[in-house]
Amino acid sequence: MMEATTARHTALGLTGEQVVDMFYYMLLTRRLDERLWLLQRSGKIPFVISPQGQEAAQVGAAYAFRPRQDWFVPYYRDLGVNLVAGVTPREVMLSAFARGADPASGGRQMPSHWGHRRLNIVSGSSPVTTQLLHAVGIAQAARMRGDDVVVYTACGEGSSNQGDFHEALNWAGLHKLPVIFLVQNNEYAISVPLDRQVAGGSVAARGQGYGFPGIEVDGTDLLAVYEAVKAAHERARRGEGPTLIEARCIRLTSHSSDDDQRRYRTPEEIAAVRERDPLVRIRAYLREHRLLDEAGEEALERRVAAAVDDATEWAEAQPYAAPEDALRHVYKEG
Amino acid sequence: MAVMNLVEAIRETLRAEMRRDPDVWIVGEDVGKKGGVFGATLGLYDEFGPERVQDSPLAESAIGGVGIGAALYGTKPVCEIQFADFIFPAMNQIVSEAAKMRYRSNGAWSVPMVIRAPFGGGVHGGLYHSQSVEQYFTNTAGLKVVVPATPYDAKGLLTAAIRDPDPVLFFEHKGLYRAVKGEVPEEDYVIPIGRAEVKRDGTDITVISYGKTLHFCLQAADLLEKEGYSALVLDLRTLLPLDKEEIVAAARKTGKVLIVHEASKTHGIGAEVAAIIAEECLFDLDAPIQRLCGPDVPAMPYADPMEKFYMLSTEKCLAAMRQLAQF
Amino acid sequence: MPQLGESVTEGTIHRWLVAPGDLVKRYQPIAEVITDKVNAEIPCPVAGRIISLDVPEGSTVPVGTRIATILTEEEAAHAGSAPAGPSAPAEAVAETAPAETGSAGAAVASAGAASAGTAAPGSGGTATAVIAPPPRTAGGRYSPAVVRLAQEHGVDLSRVHGTGLGGRITRKDVEAYIEAQRASASAPPAQAVAPAAAAASAPAPEPPSAPVTGVPFAAPAPAGYPVRSGPGDRVIPVDPVRRRIANKMVQSKHEAPHAWTMMRVDVTDLVRLREQVNPEFRRQHGLSLSYMPFFIKAVVESLKEYPILNSQWAGDHIVVKQEINISIAVATEEALAVPVIKNADRLSIAGLNLAVADLVARARAGKLTVDDVSGGTFTVNNTGAFGSFLSAPIINYPQAAILSFEAITKTPVVLENDAIAIRSIMNICLSLDHRILDGLVCARFLQAVKRRLESYGPGNVSLY
Repeated sequence: MMEATTARHTALGLTGEQVVDMFYYMLLTRRLDERLWLLQRSGKIPFVISPQGQEAAQVGAAYAFRPRQDWFVPYYRDLGVNLVAGVTPREVMLSAFARGADPASGGRQMPSHWGHRRLNIVSGSSPVTTQLLHAVGIAQAARMRGDDVVVYTACGEGSSNQGDFHEALNWAGLHKLPVIFLVQNNEYAISVPLDRQVAGGSVAARGQGYGFPGIEVDGTDLLAVYEAVKAAHERARRGEGPTLIEARCIRLTSHSSDDDQRRYRTPEEIAAVRERDPLVRIRAYLREHRLLDEAGEEALERRVAAAVDDATEWAEAQPYAAPEDALRHVYKEG
Repeated sequence: MAVMNLVEAIRETLRAEMRRDPDVWIVGEDVGKKGGVFGATLGLYDEFGPERVQDSPLAESAIGGVGIGAALYGTKPVCEIQFADFIFPAMNQIVSEAAKMRYRSNGAWSVPMVIRAPFGGGVHGGLYHSQSVEQYFTNTAGLKVVVPATPYDAKGLLTAAIRDPDPVLFFEHKGLYRAVKGEVPEEDYVIPIGRAEVKRDGTDITVISYGKTLHFCLQAADLLEKEGYSALVLDLRTLLPLDKEEIVAAARKTGKVLIVHEASKTHGIGAEVAAIIAEECLFDLDAPIQRLCGPDVPAMPYADPMEKFYMLSTEKCLAAMRQLAQF
Repeated sequence: MPQLGESVTEGTIHRWLVAPGDLVKRYQPIAEVITDKVNAEIPCPVAGRIISLDVPEGSTVPVGTRIATILTEEEAAHAGSAPAGPSAPAEAVAETAPAETGSAGAAVASAGAASAGTAAPGSGGTATAVIAPPPRTAGGRYSPAVVRLAQEHGVDLSRVHGTGLGGRITRKDVEAYIEAQRASASAPPAQAVAPAAAAASAPAPEPPSAPVTGVPFAAPAPAGYPVRSGPGDRVIPVDPVRRRIANKMVQSKHEAPHAWTMMRVDVTDLVRLREQVNPEFRRQHGLSLSYMPFFIKAVVESLKEYPILNSQWAGDHIVVKQEINISIAVATEEALAVPVIKNADRLSIAGLNLAVADLVARARAGKLTVDDVSGGTFTVNNTGAFGSFLSAPIINYPQAAILSFEAITKTPVVLENDAIAIRSIMNICLSLDHRILDGLVCARFLQAVKRRLESYGPGNVSLY
């Protein structure tokens, strides 16, 4: 059968292997997260906050960046972004188990408070949206130094109503800074739905207010996200300034392990959302373009499972930091 | 050696540091062409340009947050908040982010940033141009809080602050900007953050202060000397971390301590200094520890008589010092 | 020069907009002024005529400096003729010179002055220090510093004079007291002072007068002392030891109303006892047995009977001391040391003998510690050692009494059966603080001492 048109991925400059690689990361994200839920429900770790339903947005976006050259200022759901940026499953589990060797915080922070010095992933906190201003500052400083850096930052649609969101976009727009603001709109900010959160209904529309493009994409479509972010990345490198990308995603789980979405979402809604699972969608694409068959996928699943199992076992066996370490790193030591 | 006032000393320090290190830059409202509403950055825009002396939008949280980001990347931003009264929108960035960045990342990330702001009253500024805000930050480990009282100290401390690997809040009493003058050496020098200084030695009472009230205490000490009492006056200079050693030594020397500050009394800096002295020097105390501070009202009123009522003065300090000396 | 902005302290007259002689309206701009914050025109505070411009263009003056002199219309009316010369506006200068903001400013300033001095204590007002004065009892509250110093140096706080608020004993008072004690403890070596034999000795020689060449004429006297030294007079500076002794004597005499009483004691048997046991005692202990331990023994036993003599006046109460610490007066070359035998009632005669000898030796060698000279509750003075027959000692402040033991002399006395015998008689003289003690209890005390001393004889007193 002849291909009537160029495959989407090819048009984007991606090889088949790369798409499969992206799928690998999406799968790894999902399976790692599922394992974290299991660990949490079995009492082994106290807290989980998930990216399930947002894998396409995260992997698609991160894949458009240059690990170790660009900078990442992620938000708490960005497991997929961190994996693409170079964080290993073992490191993810170290953070989940709050072990001393956790590169994000040495076990000081709750899991999903990312950070990795060597990979230019900036340490995050719990007050949401503050990281957007940090991303702007990083971009500002990189420009002052004359460095070729594009900065990734993300938040949920709830954060797009925080003051810091607007201050960050305004500043980035004024100075045409190389920042990509990825708003992962998963339609719920904990329990508050979109129509009670975002006045005007569109986060993307806010970009224009700050003098730069605001683009809405289907966040469950891996290649659509990749395309949008790649374009934004190139824009930034050309010195044309920031881009706001609103990725319309779904949230498959409750907000976190401390939340039960059945209180505010009907079973029908939850079932409907499952149908938009990005993993299902990319799998279909891979099949359609014969990039990955069942055997290949099973092999991939096994590879992912092995990585998840290894990470879990290994990390659980690692020691905690000494309790007295709680007194260290208030100020620079030495 | 030149004689300068406080704001000149600050400006010259900024200039010297920016010449020395291309990573040092300034950001804040009106700091560029205007040179700052108090002239603290006057002329720097002409020398260093709009990117290094950057006029920010009217957005304090952004001034703090962008500063943090730039510091994370490795540059040395000196952020100006136009009046300390307006620092509160940046509180989240300062306390949740800057103060905790090193600690939460287990030492991987740090914020070598300075935030400068004019504070203090007695200048007909009313409730929102006169506040002292240092006490909101001194309970936050991870920050450093500095208040110079003299031009000489201002240069040494600001130099230290800019070179410090951790976030430093640098509060300048606006009533001292032009009123206090002193000799400031041209050459480079650093006064370590965290060191108080005995500005005047004495044997009968110990007076501990900082900022503008330090000068009231020094003037009162001169007057008190004529009455036959000798006062030791200690300038704290850094409020976080406090120089416990020097505080304890000064308290021990006389056993009679008066703590003076313009900020409201309750839960103010004086409370911490008093607690340190009570913990460490109980058996050297010859009198209850005294505090002479601003009243416990939300802020300083505008009308002249009410402002004078609120503000401390040489006379008020003298009365308190005399009473303690005679106890 | 008005204050044109927050924190502005000076201004420069850039340009005058009026000239002397001009009529001006109120609020009319009269000058352009530059400060480092703003450039502004300053309005005239009054209507009138410009008499003089007092600051030239281009000069910088501090806020508050007079920059112009204006004669107001009222002043002009009062002056009668049209004002021309500078003499006319003398009053106008005071009234209208825009020192700050004119009359309105003056009113504000005075209102400010009225309120600036007051400091309302309590939650709403400026918090000035208000230290509650300590209660007026000499044995009242002591600060931690005072208690610590007293404990560390063995200072009896009831002996320290307070110069603080309400008579409070301050840290400095205790430090001064300690310093004084230290000074007296390091007194130079004493001459041989051990109580000598009973035989009357010559009175203590007068200090030799020194040659008087080179003494400055008419050294000025310290304030309050109408004493001038003339040529030939010898001026001895008062050293800290002498000063301390002087102060203590003054204090004692000033505060305690001294009364005095005396009794005669027949110590014939005691003399005999001592003559008998001393040679053997000296051979055994290397130390002579003096009379002092017997005197002290009699005193401490009698103090147990009459503890009120072992007390101290404390203003609104009397403190009867539990410990019996006997101060003994020891004369040294230059001054008087009064070391203390602590808990003298627990020592035997031999023990007291040793204690006395030790203290005397150390006083002579200048090796008394602060502890040695503090804490005494009753003083015994062996004035008889120098041949004194009768003395009126000054109480050792803040004790209640001091007892001197005079020379033992062979004296003819009339016995009960009217026979005359030669007996060894010794006077004992008691000075007492008549606030605490009265004649009756003192007489009884002395009787007790006498009775005991008269009972000491060969074979009926244990030395150990």
